[in-house]
Amino acid sequence: MGKTIFDKIWDKHVVKIIEDGPSVVYIDKHLIHEVTSPQAFSGIEKRGAKLFRPAQIVATADHNVPTLHQDLPIKDALSKFQVDTLIDNCKKHGVELYGLGHKYQGIVHVIGPELGITQPGMTIVCGDSHTSTHGAFGAIAFGIGTSEVEMVFAAQCIMQSKPKVMRINIDGTLKNGVVSKDIILYIIAQISASGATGYFVEYAGSAIRALSMEARMTICNMSIEMGARGGMIAPDQTTYDYMQGRMFAPKGAAWEQKLAAWKELYTDADAKFDLEINIKAEAIDPMITYGTNPGMGLSIQGKLPTIESFSDATEKQNYEKALKYMGLTAGQTLIGMPVQNVFIGSCTNSRIEDFRLVASIIKGKQKHPGIKTLIVPGSQEVAKQIKAEGLDKIFEAAGVEIRQAGCSACLGMNEDKIPAGEYCISTSNRNFEGRQGAGARTLLASPLTAAAALLTGKITDIREILN
Amino acid sequence: MQSLQKITSRFIPLRIENVDTDQIIPARFLKATTKDGFGKNLFRDWRYENDDEAKPKADFVLNQKQYAGEILVAAKNFGCGSSREHAAWSIQDYGFKVVVSSFFADIFKNNALNNGVLPVTVTDAFLQQIFAVSPNDTLTVDLAKQTITIDATGATEKFDINSYKKTCLLNGYDDIDYLLSMKEEIEAYEKVNHQ
Repeated sequence: MGKTIFDKIWDKHVVKIIEDGPSVVYIDKHLIHEVTSPQAFSGIEKRGAKLFRPAQIVATADHNVPTLHQDLPIKDALSKFQVDTLIDNCKKHGVELYGLGHKYQGIVHVIGPELGITQPGMTIVCGDSHTSTHGAFGAIAFGIGTSEVEMVFAAQCIMQSKPKVMRINIDGTLKNGVVSKDIILYIIAQISASGATGYFVEYAGSAIRALSMEARMTICNMSIEMGARGGMIAPDQTTYDYMQGRMFAPKGAAWEQKLAAWKELYTDADAKFDLEINIKAEAIDPMITYGTNPGMGLSIQGKLPTIESFSDATEKQNYEKALKYMGLTAGQTLIGMPVQNVFIGSCTNSRIEDFRLVASIIKGKQKHPGIKTLIVPGSQEVAKQIKAEGLDKIFEAAGVEIRQAGCSACLGMNEDKIPAGEYCISTSNRNFEGRQGAGARTLLASPLTAAAALLTGKITDIREILN
Repeated sequence: MQSLQKITSRFIPLRIENVDTDQIIPARFLKATTKDGFGKNLFRDWRYENDDEAKPKADFVLNQKQYAGEILVAAKNFGCGSSREHAAWSIQDYGFKVVVSSFFADIFKNNALNNGVLPVTVTDAFLQQIFAVSPNDTLTVDLAKQTITIDATGATEKFDINSYKKTCLLNGYDDIDYLLSMKEEIEAYEKVNHQ
């Protein structure tokens, strides 16, 4: 029987299978940031052990960093201490750090791919659940806890059971105004926030093949939001074109040799999946979430579920709790509802293509006066590219400030937060209670839908602007 | 790591589905560089009005005097969201040794196990039976036998855990010790496979 791409890569990285237990899996690349690494460094030190393969680790500071005045010291004392601790730890243990002020600094899941660190066939981990992003290159990439960060420090391996495999096929052509963020929000709305738990997902089909690498990363990024261990897309010419010439991508003869190996990374025709889901690209509309988990999403013209549609008492109670938090009513539509904030950024949607999309909508127009914006590139490199393409002028003319690279308002850990009770159309990945700040009400959507709200001050079907 | 064998305790019922790690421990508390002291911020924003410890929310189970114990019982998909191990640290530091649910998110489950907190997956029906008994009743979780019992009714269910993890928990071993003992095998693997 044939193998899935997941099986091919996983099997090659198994050092040992423990009977009725996990496998010891070798990790090619370990990405770290300031939040989930300090306890792992101190754990290693407490054991009197050394980092086993420091050359296979890359560090950056992203979660805690301010997105204005990055040249000045971080104001929040605890944030500053955590970032300083990362600097000290990297120095002490010989880990490459792209910290604040470095030209490669940025969100860990943005810089890995753009620097060519992320490559097909690799196993990649990071103490961050959105590590699934790197799966867009045909890598097995997933988030781990701090104990596991310490395991990789100690032995360049983790211990995990092999997950089941699921394939989601999306075939056909996307409708006008529908982008990759809508695809993944649609999938999660269909299968729920826990629908892929225990699985590793492969995304396939003609609609996926037609996507750019940036768009593929958005999809793989949110795999965790349906509970999946990770998500991946088999590499193809789009992947190789994106990678070639990047800083740490192989060069010359090494490139040719790697390329030949990467071309073997696909799911065999007779491979079996534990679960397979088929979706027609034409069925997907621009999407938006209304609740407090990413599975609570609907088409932008859709109506929220009625209370009566829930038969289970706990589910009904949870839906009512979400409505109360969000200040919404069962059965209502969202179109035309005023919003106060637009956040464009996060490891889901902060790449150059996202800024191009937004710029294409706001070009020659003005931001709605009632809207506050947080427009945050994913990395210094993205910020540089925005300037190189003159997109900054378009944002400036629209009355919108572009900030400096970081996780920003995705998670309410740095200075960028959404005030309590206010709505925010956000291109990030989580709409949990308090995620963007205590009491903040998050509506997840695509960069296009965010751009539409930026202009109108309310929830708007982007197709009205495009037509 | 602390070992865990058998525990009989009252429990705290949290009838909420999809409890995410941002609720378990909000992001603003992730700035610590040690593993200590997270328990006081467990479920912080569900526990207190306006982040004020002087204003506990009366409707939240951790603030209700009738509930106590070392076992947390939650509705399905507990621990979804981020990979922050701080969620497991806060549950452990608060004093929970076992979390029961009908469904756990993957990363949380691993994180809990790596910190000596036992995630026990039960059927929906059994979960409802637990929610139905008095808060004065106790549950018994026996790791060696892999059983959970509602002591008042005698209802018992088996739960799954792989034998490697079970041995680790029973004895307080951790994965890092195991991996450190595998260095030669890992180096041999690298010689053959690593680019």
